[in-house]
Amino acid sequence: MPLVAAAGRLFLTFLAAAGRLTAFTAVAVSNAFLPPSYPRQIARQMFEIGYLSLPVVGLTAIFTGMVLALQSHTGFARFAAEGAVATVVVLSMTRELGPVLAGLMVAGRVGAAMAAEIGTMRVTEQIDALTTLSTNPYKYLIAPRLIAGLLMLPLLVLVADVIGVFGGYLIGTYKLGFNPATYISRTWEFLEPVDVFSGLVKAAVFGFLISLMGCYHGFHSKGGAQGVGAATTTAVVSASILILTFNYIITELFFAR
Amino acid sequence: MTPKIQLTDVHKSFGPKKVLDGITVDLPAGQSLVVIGGSGSGKSVLLKCILGLMRPETGSIKIDGEEVVGLPQRERERVLRKFGMLFQGGALFDSLTVWENVAFGLIQGQRMRRAEARERALAKLAAVGLAADVAELWPAELSGGMQKRVALARAIASEPEIIFFDEPTTGLDPIMADVINNLIVDCVKQLGATTISITHDMHSARKIADRMAMIYKGRLTWVGPAAEIDASGNPYVDQFIHGRAEGPITMELRR
Repeated sequence: MPLVAAAGRLFLTFLAAAGRLTAFTAVAVSNAFLPPSYPRQIARQMFEIGYLSLPVVGLTAIFTGMVLALQSHTGFARFAAEGAVATVVVLSMTRELGPVLAGLMVAGRVGAAMAAEIGTMRVTEQIDALTTLSTNPYKYLIAPRLIAGLLMLPLLVLVADVIGVFGGYLIGTYKLGFNPATYISRTWEFLEPVDVFSGLVKAAVFGFLISLMGCYHGFHSKGGAQGVGAATTTAVVSASILILTFNYIITELFFAR
Repeated sequence: MTPKIQLTDVHKSFGPKKVLDGITVDLPAGQSLVVIGGSGSGKSVLLKCILGLMRPETGSIKIDGEEVVGLPQRERERVLRKFGMLFQGGALFDSLTVWENVAFGLIQGQRMRRAEARERALAKLAAVGLAADVAELWPAELSGGMQKRVALARAIASEPEIIFFDEPTTGLDPIMADVINNLIVDCVKQLGATTISITHDMHSARKIADRMAMIYKGRLTWVGPAAEIDASGNPYVDQFIHGRAEGPITMELRR
């Protein structure tokens, strides 16, 4: 009996948390569309999320592209299909690894920073101060981050796709002995618009989720430095798990036929 | 005449703990009420309920005769334009410079042009005794007393009708505390604002208050003119203003 009660309590806690998150999302999204908006804040967050994440995302992408070329070459060499390396690199990057790895890296970089900043604002009463200065914190703090996340992640992923393919090209031509022209034409030959497009849709969803988790956990953090620390950890972990979950769901929607 | 602020039987609890247990008080326009009471007696919660940052379970709060409990967001923003608040820790936005902090309500709330708002902010900084060169600094670069003064300048920048002060002198040295007290008295007189301050600093309370109220266990045990605080005949008030450990107020200590 106590086991059932414990399971029930756990389930109720889960439902309450899901409800709170849904309510928060609804309020935040509706506030993002209603005036007034804060273009200065949106621009600042776009710079913060987009531009400042370029080095991290770029490095991740180039090494991923290089490793992909090496690994797939090893595999395909076993049944004499080395010619497929370029295609495997470009499809893996655009469909899967570009959005997922960029998403995870940005979750660590940006999601944590958001949760820490908003959490500190919460515990030092800065969010209350916003309200008393007739400024809606959902509009001023949350909406710009959601918008910036949604718009900047696809751009970052586009950059990551290009850099990743370039990484594969470097390894392919300098180490594996492909002819540069052949490698490039093989990259284009089997690439379809939907491959890139599905990756960008994933990126937009991931960007929204990263900002949402950072804002939600920061906004509801309690009790000083320890609370802010906990909020930061939770924001990154939950964003990463949501990214992996939604990655599967979106892939399923696009390609399950 | 309708009171500026009118609270009737306001109740607020966190779980089983009753923080406000039936607060009833009226405050006429232009008056300064100081609420005294120990830590954790519900003073801050009282202010947050009036501002709408927290919602009381039952009871009515009226500002200029208008019921504000349960107002929708947009209406709330309109009512909040009448308010200024000095937070305990200052609550300055650390991503903005000093003058942007002071001008925040003008730029974001009233949509004033930045150049004009900057002029107003500099004037308010001067009013709290800060020179123009402070304006470009970040809040983290200021001392505690200076942060309090910037926070005060921000609270009065939009020339509100009602100002709340949450422990304005806590954490300051006695001289800086008195400087802040004087600034509060001057600013309030100049604006003709209605104010509620909460504090446990009796020196500060005597200086600011027209009326005083003592809060204990979520109830106002005594309300009266500031001049009568020493002759209240209320054992709780007597114990508090003389700072005695013995009396009807017992600290929950484990021995």
